[in-house]
Order: sequence, then C-alpha cells, then structure tokens
Amino acid sequence: MSRTLVVVGHGMVAHRLVEAVRAEDQAGAWRIVVLAEEARPAYDRVALTSYVDGWDPAALALPGADYANDEHVELRLGDPAVEVDRDRRTVTTAAGHVQDYDVLVLATGSRPFVPPVPGHDLPGCFVYRTIEDLDAIREAAERSGTGRRAAMVVGGGLLGLEAAKALRDMGLSPHVVEMGPRLMPLQVDEGGGGLLRRLITALDVTVHTGTSTNSIEADGDRLLAKLGNGTELDLDLVVFSAGVRPRDELARACGLDVGERGGVLVDNACRTSDPAIYAIGEVAAVEGRVYGIVAPGYAMAEVAAARIAGGGEATFPEPDTSTKLKLMGVDVASFGDAHAKTEGALEVVFNDAVAGSYKKLVVSDDSHTLLGGVLVGDASEYNMLRALVGRPLPADPGAILAPAGSGENAVGVDALPDSAQICSCNAVSKGAITDAIVSGGCDSVAKIKGCTRAGTACGSCVPMLSKLLDSCGVEQSKALCEHFTHSRAELFEIIRATRLGTFSEVIAKHGTGSGCAICKPAIASILATLGNGHILGGEQATLQDTNDRFLANMQRNGTYSVVPRVPGGEITPEKLIAIGEVAKDFGLYTKITGGQRIDLFGATVDQLPHIWRRLVDAGFESGHAYGKALRTVKSCVGSTWCRYGVQDSVGLAVELELRYRGLRSPHKLKAGVSGCARECAEARGKDFGVIATENGWNLYVGGNGGTMPRHAQLLVSDVDTETLIRIIDRFLMFYVRTADRLQRTAPWIEELDGGLDHLREVIVDDSLGICAELEAAMAEHIANYADEWRGVLEDPEKLARFTSFVNAPGTPDPTISFRMEREQKVPVMLGVPEVVSR
Amino acid sequence: MTAMAELTWTPVCPVEAVLPGSGVAALLPGDIQVAIFLAGDGEFYALSNMDPFSGAAVLARGIVGDTGGVPTVASPIYKERFDLRTGACLDDAEVEITSYPVRVADGIVHVGSP
Ligand code: SRM
Ligand SMILES: Cc1cc2nc3c(=O)[nH]c(=O)nc-3n(C[C@H](O)[C@H](O)[C@H](O)COP(=O)(O)OP(=O)(O)OC[C@H]3O[C@@H](n4cnc5c(N)ncnc54)[C@H](O)[C@@H]3O)c2cc1C
Ligand code: SF4
Ligand code: FES
Repeated sequence: MSRTLVVVGHGMVAHRLVEAVRAEDQAGAWRIVVLAEEARPAYDRVALTSYVDGWDPAALALPGADYANDEHVELRLGDPAVEVDRDRRTVTTAAGHVQDYDVLVLATGSRPFVPPVPGHDLPGCFVYRTIEDLDAIREAAERSGTGRRAAMVVGGGLLGLEAAKALRDMGLSPHVVEMGPRLMPLQVDEGGGGLLRRLITALDVTVHTGTSTNSIEADGDRLLAKLGNGTELDLDLVVFSAGVRPRDELARACGLDVGERGGVLVDNACRTSDPAIYAIGEVAAVEGRVYGIVAPGYAMAEVAAARIAGGGEATFPEPDTSTKLKLMGVDVASFGDAHAKTEGALEVVFNDAVAGSYKKLVVSDDSHTLLGGVLVGDASEYNMLRALVGRPLPADPGAILAPAGSGENAVGVDALPDSAQICSCNAVSKGAITDAIVSGGCDSVAKIKGCTRAGTACGSCVPMLSKLLDSCGVEQSKALCEHFTHSRAELFEIIRATRLGTFSEVIAKHGTGSGCAICKPAIASILATLGNGHILGGEQATLQDTNDRFLANMQRNGTYSVVPRVPGGEITPEKLIAIGEVAKDFGLYTKITGGQRIDLFGATVDQLPHIWRRLVDAGFESGHAYGKALRTVKSCVGSTWCRYGVQDSVGLAVELELRYRGLRSPHKLKAGVSGCARECAEARGKDFGVIATENGWNLYVGGNGGTMPRHAQLLVSDVDTETLIRIIDRFLMFYVRTADRLQRTAPWIEELDGGLDHLREVIVDDSLGICAELEAAMAEHIANYADEWRGVLEDPEKLARFTSFVNAPGTPDPTISFRMEREQKVPVMLGVPEVVSR
Repeated sequence: MTAMAELTWTPVCPVEAVLPGSGVAALLPGDIQVAIFLAGDGEFYALSNMDPFSGAAVLARGIVGDTGGVPTVASPIYKERFDLRTGACLDDAEVEITSYPVRVADGIVHVGSP
C-alpha cells in the first residue's frame, strides 16, 4: 500500500522537494498530492524581474513542474489549504476538499510585508512576489497617462531595487524609500552603500534613505506620498517591498511551534514539533532562523526528501547566504561574513571612487583565510571569491583587491579546490562540474546545466562554468554551423584579408559540404558589406535569405511587401501621392509602419519589378525593410517647427539615413534623432540614437525594442555634428566586423570584454589604433552605395528571375487569393493540399 | 509488385535556368506546383512547391544546402528543412512532402508526374 505525502504550497522549494522524493523513491512507495494556492505550477520566482522583458510566463517555467508524465504526483492548482487536522491527519482546502496524509510538508513560503502606513491599501498600491502582482503593476502603469510617470518603492533592499528596475523598464521614474541609513543595509556596509547609492541614482532612480513613509493619500487618480523627512511625492503607483513574513498561519492554527519572529520551528532535519509534519523553504525557521533566499530552501527540500523517502539521516548544512544583485549595470555582491562578525576578523578595503568600485574582504586574524566580503560597482570576482570562503587565500588580500584583480595574483578557477562550491543555488561543487566535463562528456554550458543543475537558478555562476570548460581544455564551439568551424567575426576577417569574393571559394577553402540556411546568408552579408557588387549578382542570388532573395519581405501567403525609403520620415506631398497611386493601381494593402514610412502589401513576385519601376521613376529607392541592414533613422520635428527643439533633428536624421543606407550588418540596424531631451523620436530605443543638447548632440548606443528591449547607453555627450558622424561611422563598422550572426548591438556590447567602457576606448579613444581603418571602410561603403532596386530594373538577367513559374512566366500562383477587410484586401490562406500525416 | 504507374514527363526549362544551389518553380498539368532544385552535388531534384507548415507555395525560393551530406532545402517561411531526394522533413519526422522524378535530356529539365 502506498503512503500519501501531502505538500502544501507549490513554490520553487516545494517543486524541488517533489523532484527529490521522486528521485529517491524509485519503487513508487509514495503518492504525492500538492495543494497549491497559485493558479500555475511553480515557476522561477528568483527571476521574476526578468518577466518584464517579454511578459511571457513561459520564460519563467521550471522544467517538469507540471508532473505531466508522472502518475505518482497529483498537482491541484488554485485551491489553497485552509486547515490542518493533526489528529485525523487531514488537510482541508478552501474549496472544501479533505485530503488525508501520512506525512505533510508545509512549503507555503512567505508573503510580502506591508507596513501599516495609512493608505497602504489604496488602489495603486502593490506588492512584488508573483506573476499576477507584476501583471497588476503593468496594468496600472499602462493605465496611467503619458507625461512624467512616477512610482515609489517602499524598501531599499535587494528586492526593492529589483522592483525599481522593473518599474524603470516599464517607463516609470522610480523613487526608492529606505528606512535604514543606506540601500541594501543587510548586505552592504557603509562604504559600499555610498557608492551603491551613486550607481543606482545614475540609473534614473531617486533614492531616499533614512526616512519612512508617513502616509499615502489618493489625489484624483494619482497618489500622494508623504515621507518622514517632509518630501512629498506625486505618484502613479506604489510597490511595497519592505521585507517578507513567513506564511505560518496554517501551522499556528493547528498548534505547531513557531519561531519568536515567525516561521514554523523545525530541527536540522526540517521536522516540526509534530513528527508527521515537515516545513521547508521560506516558511521554515531552522533552529529559529528563517532564510529569505532559495539556496537554503533547496537544501531543506533535499534534507526533507531524504528523510521522508530515503529514511536517511540527512541534516541541514550550514547555508550559503551570499547574494548578488542582478540589476543590469550595477554590480553588488556580498558573501560569507560580510559584516566581519567573526572574532578577530580583519577588513581589507579598496575604495576607488573614480572608477566607481568598492571592494572589501573580511579575513581571519592571521589574514590567511577568507571569511567574506562586499563588492560594489565591480563584482567580477564574486563567484571566485565566494567559492574561496573558509579557505586559504591564494594571495595577499591587497593584491587580490587591486584593480581588476589583474596579473599573476588574479584569482583563477584553477586556484579553487575541488570541494569549492561553484553554484550556490544548487550546491554544486567544482569537482562535480569538472567531473561532468571530463567524464560526463559535457562540452558546453548547456550540457553542464543539464547534468549538474549548476547555473539553472540565479545564473550568476554561468561565467564560471565557461571558465571551467576552458580550464579543462574544452574548446567551446563558436562554429557558425556544421559547414564552418569559424565564428562569424572570424569569417569576416578571413574574407576581408583574403579578398575571397564568392561563397563557393570561401566554403571550398575554409568549410565543408555545400552550405545551409545559416552560413549562406551570413556569408552573403559579409560579402555585401565588403562590397562585392549587387546582392543578386551571379551566385550571390542563391545565398540570400528569404527576404533579400527578392528584395522584399515575404508574407505568410507567399506574396511580398514593398517599402520605399523615406529618409527621416520626411516626405513631400507629391511623393505621398505617387505611393498612393502605385498602391491603387496594383491593388496593394497599405499601412503606415512603426518606422515612419509606408508599407504596401500583397504584391506577387512577378508584380515586384513593375511596382518598383513606377516607384523608382517617382524618385524612390529601396528601403531595405527586407535586409539585415540599416532600416530607418526615425526623427522628431526638431527645432525647425517644435517650440522646444534645440537642433535640427530631421536634417540630421535624413543625413544619417542616406549615409548608412544599404550597409549590410549582422542584424538589422535602427536609429533615431530627437531634437531635445523630450525624446519624441525614441532614440534611446535604437541601435544608435542621437539626442540634441544646447551644445550639440548626445550619442546613445545599444538600444532596441523587439524581443528583449534595451535602452541605449550614453557613449559620448555634447559633440558637434562632425565628431558625432565620425564616431557613428566607427561604431557601425566595428559592430559589423565583430558581432555574431543575428546579434543586435545591445547583446554585442554586453558580450564585449569590458562592455561599453571597452567600446568607448576602442572607438572614441582609438585604443586599438583601428579607427582610421574603420572610417575608411565606411567611406568606401558610402562611395559604392547604389540602389538595389534600380540595379535589378537595369539588368534583364536579374529581372527574369522575378517570375512565379519558369515554364509559365506571367501566370500568377493559383493558390494566392484575397478577401476584403476594412476596405482593403487581405490574404486568404487556403487549406494545405499536400498530405501531412499526423 | 505493382507496375509503375505511367508518368507524364513535362519539359520545364533549360538547365541554365536553375542557378547551382538554388531552385525555381514550375507548373505541371493539373495546376501541380513543383519546385526544381540544382543541389550542391550537381543533381536536379523536384519536390512539391507547397510548404506544408505555412500553406504557401514557396519552397522553390528556399535556401539549398546540405545537412550532414543530405541535400536539403530550407523553407523560406519558417526554415524547416526537407530532404531533396525524398521530401522527408528533417525537422519533423511526421511530415513528408511529395517528391517528383527529374531527368535531363538535350539540356532540358523534365519533371515526371502521375
Ligand atoms: C512593417 C513593420 C510593422 C508595422 O506595420 O509597423 C514590421 C514588420 C516586420 N517586422 Fe518588425 N516591423 C516594423 C517595425 C518594427 C519595430 C518598431 C520600429 O522599428 O520602430 C520593431 C521594434 C524595434 C526594434 O527592432 O528594435 C520591430 C521588431 C522586429 C523584430 C524583433 C527584433 C529584435 O531585435 O528582437 C523582428 C524579427 C527579426 O528581425 O529577427 C521583426 C521582423 C519583422 C518582419 C520583417 C518579419 C519578417 O521577416 O517577415 C515583418 C515584415 C512584415 C512584412 O511582411 O512586411 N521586427 N519591428 C514595421 C516596419 C518598420 C519599417 O518601416 O521598416
Ligand atoms: C522578485 C524576487 C527576487 C528574488 N531574487 C532572489 C535571488 O536573487 N536569490 C535568491 O536566492 N532568492 C531570491 N528571491 C527569493 C526566492 O524567490 C524565495 O526564497 C523562494 O522562492 C522561496 O521558495 P518557497 O518555495 O519557500 O516559497 P514561495 O516561492 O513563496 O512559494 C510558496 C507557495 O506556496 C503557496 N501557498 C502559501 N500558502 C498556501 C496555502 N495555504 N495553501 C496552498 N498554497 C499556499 C504560495 O502561493 C506560493 O506559491 C527572490 C524573490 C522575489 C519575489
Ligand atoms: S523631441 Fe523635443 S524637439 Fe523633438 S518634437 Fe519632441 S519636444 Fe520637439
Ligand atoms: S549560483 Fe545561482 S544558479 Fe548557480
């Protein structure tokens, strides 16, 4: 007869418990029933803030958390447990179901603490713990009007700062209010706190420390917060992030012992005062102490699972409470005995206000053993140092803290003993990882994640995983595809240096096989950047990706769209009329795009040249809407018309768009120019964005919308037009040469060793001495630019390829048909005539 | 064994009309759309032009290449690859499209259809 294990709560820790019990209990002696309050299976709460990046709950899913293929586990979602009867060993749910148990595990986590400030329960006040909380915040943020939108985060700890970042990413200006004397008071000491404040402020977050929130009042549809220091804030919304409280209410009601400061009291085997009941995760107070991070919770889950299903003697190990802030751009880490509480501990501090880096190591009284530390501004050594806690230091503490821990004293993975913990979230040691690499055949970070779980929670140890691969002598593949072992950047250099002009030569000399849909377009793009004539010339035509192949974007029904270039979005009435007439004569669906120009949809392949003949005659040229190339340079009206404008943004946008049109690049390139700081052209959402200042221009780089939105970062400020253009020339050429295939500028900059600072050194300070070469390459591109569509119209051989059927030119594809919607035609998708056996 | 059904051979184009490593579309009797490819191995192949994943008649416009030596075309819509010899989809074992025999005579490509 199988026994029943009931788990209350389905958070990350409960999920780990179920997995561990199932792994232990091969025989299937236990039936597991999970009673969960939330309507979805456990998800990655640690990564909750990244939900803002795409609003896609699936991106937070934990593998296997729905137990779809496991008949031993029953997951009941959306029905919380409300009562435990310890005598009858039953749990009752809100819906009235009564469930027996042999063993019960409480994994109810904690709830955000909302201080009893007057007005804390007004509409517009939120907490920050679940996907639903974020959805609600987003809805409120979107409901609030345009103009200056502001939010207050109550609490300046780790979670408060994450919430502030999320709010900023939603386009609100966040204020963080912290009662303590500094941000992250639990993790960071005074010295680090000062620098942290500076760095956070630079992220457009206003910081108020040493003050409380006295009240929140409704002010029309807005909120007015009054702080203890007299400040008043006019707000769209408020997020409370002032700590958490264990959800121990079930335990209290059924008479289990609870800790002095809350939490279900458990021993080091995670047993409560009732031997049939365990408590794990944030709700548990292990020997009186509650842990608010996931790693100790996972350790509890393993201990409880071993006790329940394995009958073992496992006990809760000394937990690792290291933390690292995942805020983009601001590194903060604290680990081990950060506050030097150990008897006789010494502190070694390295504070570089100019570089914006604060580092403190806590060492034993003989200064041989590392006890802990705090890193602010530059936490690149965090993983390494954390793994060294409790171990002899490989070098003098001062030498380790020296800038960038460089030179021979740098702490390397090799210095770590096998027992050092690399992934603290999942308690994976260096030995286990090197074992997986050497004996387990794991030759990539993805494979290490799969077999050891390292790197699958907070992700901060991932860089260490690739260093371990390196140090085990595993070369991590940068290969473009199965036909080339080189990366795109390497191929670019090879083709540039050898002046090979065709794909056939490149693959014969440097690759194998006949190519594929990855390497052909990638090499076509490199050949085009390096100026090898028309992209449909000779063999090049066969390499081009879908849209480049016919210089138009293919639609779902096999027809194409036509987008003429409208530089800067500026267009004469005559040209507008010309587009309208073409659309009317060819019966094309017409739409204004998000890029300040006009898209004409529904052209068949044989219509394309006729349409373009008319457009070219009217003075238009290709808009490259189909290419991995410069798309648009968006502009606002600027100083010519706008009462706030300080520079001619349209003029500059037109100049930039004409300068860089046709430049083939690893991914598409978008730009914007705004006439003042009001930023109506959304320049900071572009790969390169220019914002006018009283004295010239600010240049921002690495922004995009799309799947992973990014704000561009300031590269140079207050430069004149000539300098601006020179730096953009260099920026684009450097990107085109060194980025990966389909890598936009933001991830490219992130992956550069040294990031934005390195980029600035290379293209502003010319640290590599390549700027003249980059400028010359751009000058060559500009000199050789020719309109691609005109090139097709002038060449009968290219023109001949724009036919539906070789043996029936002029016969349109019989499967294409349209219907009318809102007075324009739209495609009708026919059923698929081929047999697709399913 | 059953006897091979009679095939109708339709001349579609001169060999030069297909650039090496690419495809063209042709119309066969009965409005059958085929895609004819000249692969890296120097051979001509023909498949149905209909992309079963999108329902658009566009496979001739896909990129021709190879996967581990198997000649393939990748659909221009969502990039699934098909074996040029058999029509089997390499990215979904349950999908196969019709393939057609091809022969070249006097510099003209002919496609056979039932
Ligand atoms: C037409 C347009 C939508 C509209 O009606 O407004 C559009 C349509 C397409 N977008 Fe877009 N995007 C359009 C503006 C945008 C914008 C907004 C903007 O540019 O201001 C964005 C977000 C901003 C950005 O890119 O940073 C945008 C982000 C994307 C992405 C995601 C890129 C990313 O980095 O994540 C793709 C997919 C890709 O490029 O791989 C995409 C891909 C596409 C493609 C080309 C998909 C394809 O390959 O067929 C769509 C072609 C439709 C067609 O058949 O013509 N489109 N697309 C816009 C054309 C602008 C133009 O004039 O050139
Ligand atoms: C934004 C954010 C960022 C974080 N970042 C980090 C980080 O970087 N590193 C780190 O280590 N930790 C981080 N944490 C903390 C980490 O998420 C928690 O420590 C971890 O999720 C605790 O897991 P748990 O399973 O104990 O509790 P929870 O995840 O809270 O799960 C408990 C579940 O039980 C349910 N429940 C409660 N009562 C009942 C009931 N009566 N009946 C049924 N179900 C019930 C709840 O609805 C909930 O789904 C972060 C947390 C947040 C919110
Ligand atoms: S960004 Fe400034 S100059 Fe441009 S339209 Fe907006 S307010 Fe006017
Ligand atoms: S340390 Fe968090 S995933 Fe490895």
